[in-house]
Amino acid sequence: MQGGPATIEVRQLTRRFGSLKAVDRVSLSVTQGRIFGLLGSNGAGKTTLIKMLTTLLPPSEGDALVAGASILEAPRQVRQRIGYVPQMLSADGSLTARENLLFSARLYGVAARDRAARIAEALRFMGLEEAAGRLVKTYSGGMIRRLELAQAMLHRPEVLFLDEPTIGLDPLARHAVWERLESLRREFNTTVLLTTHDMEEADRLCDELAILHSGALAVTGRPEELRAAISATATLDDVFAHYCGGTIEEGGRFTDIREARATARRVG
Amino acid sequence: MVLSSFNLQTAAVADVELRKMLRDPTELVSRAVQPVLWLAVFGQVMEQVRGIHSGPVSYLVFITPGILAQSVLFSAIFYGIAVIWERDLGVVHKLLVSPAYRSALVLGKALAAGFRGLVQAGVIYLLAALMHVQLRHDPFVIGVVLCTVVLGSAVFSTFSLIIACIVKTRERFMGVGQVLTMPLFFASSAIYPLDLMPPWLRAIARFNPLTYLVDALRVLMVPGDAPALAAWGLDALVLAGVFAVLLAVAVRLYPSLVR
Repeated sequence: MQGGPATIEVRQLTRRFGSLKAVDRVSLSVTQGRIFGLLGSNGAGKTTLIKMLTTLLPPSEGDALVAGASILEAPRQVRQRIGYVPQMLSADGSLTARENLLFSARLYGVAARDRAARIAEALRFMGLEEAAGRLVKTYSGGMIRRLELAQAMLHRPEVLFLDEPTIGLDPLARHAVWERLESLRREFNTTVLLTTHDMEEADRLCDELAILHSGALAVTGRPEELRAAISATATLDDVFAHYCGGTIEEGGRFTDIREARATARRVG
Repeated sequence: MVLSSFNLQTAAVADVELRKMLRDPTELVSRAVQPVLWLAVFGQVMEQVRGIHSGPVSYLVFITPGILAQSVLFSAIFYGIAVIWERDLGVVHKLLVSPAYRSALVLGKALAAGFRGLVQAGVIYLLAALMHVQLRHDPFVIGVVLCTVVLGSAVFSTFSLIIACIVKTRERFMGVGQVLTMPLFFASSAIYPLDLMPPWLRAIARFNPLTYLVDALRVLMVPGDAPALAAWGLDALVLAGVFAVLLAVAVRLYPSLVR
């Protein structure tokens, strides 16, 4: 991929759980300011890869540089420079949006004199100003996702990690989240790495894609390149089937599937 | 710089927990039921039958600090369930991806549990006043009682967090929590003096942090001569030492919740 410097540089990253290789020698690089999509079947290793890049899970082998810091040697620096929205709806329903944002600002060390202005800006940016004083448990799924993006962006991270950001959202809410992500990239040149099962999302939103299969990198490229490599009329569904099909999918831990379903249910 | 951000992060975690607790006080209210039963029913009956020799003070005076310690234990020990719930919601993931010190995250939660303990202390003092149980009412002593309650809550909530990190699911936690709570309670001096225990139980009780919490509270709350602050200091030191060890273990285990 041409362009500026790489903000994420993954080198031979591997994670084993017992005898299972959840991620197998994955190397990839993501250029600054790009939106990078990770595709793959359930259990292909997407969430494990994100967990390693966000320092939640130590790798068995390999390393990665995220915003210039090594996940092995400087995990705290990595955490200072990234934002993360997990697959589950993690905003606190018992707090208002403003309180959720204040909590994030304090955890990330946003200076006290800047907090009010940052929070106001984040609320405006995500279109949540009017609902800012309401308890988050009264929000729709799309509003919660936008709040979580606001929380993740409050400290102006260089890289944003999103684990299935639009899972379970209706089409309007999904488009609203995409628009915000595109504006984030435009305004702050934020690099975004997201996982998704939604091929429309991958096609429309992502500059580059990587398909993981059984923990290993099957292919990377721009969406149009990947489609063209299969056939002139191929869709991303065809690309996905080409690299991930052919075997009956047996991956996906029970807890991962349960979390995905629970999230979809809560959003819906 | 490090210390100020550590303090700020600890305060942020405790503040959020407090806001949630005050917004929905159902749990605080329901937790107050149990001490009422123990004091108003068990305590009064045992005082009438004079079944347990409680030294120079009435059994109700003897048992009140024990019931406060028990309330602290019971309200803190199921704290791990909330942590597992937060893990299932992705809150723990988000906390651990933030640059906040893990020790600040754990300590903030322990302090918030201390607040629950303070509410329990308020309930017990109120109940004792209604039942005309004579306790020491010196404001300084009450202040020390409240600090002791916060320390005790921090000990047992952090212990609970460790259990949560080990068992990882709510179902298993419920089982383990039930198995641990009653032995901790009965193998302590909460409702009978150590002298009445068979030697083997007394030996176990001496390794039980609840015994030290009960003892510290009893030294302060039971009226008589000036409280033996040296004895209280020793108990508090043991509790602080236990807390330091539990905190170190919890900080190491907390990240394993999301792996």
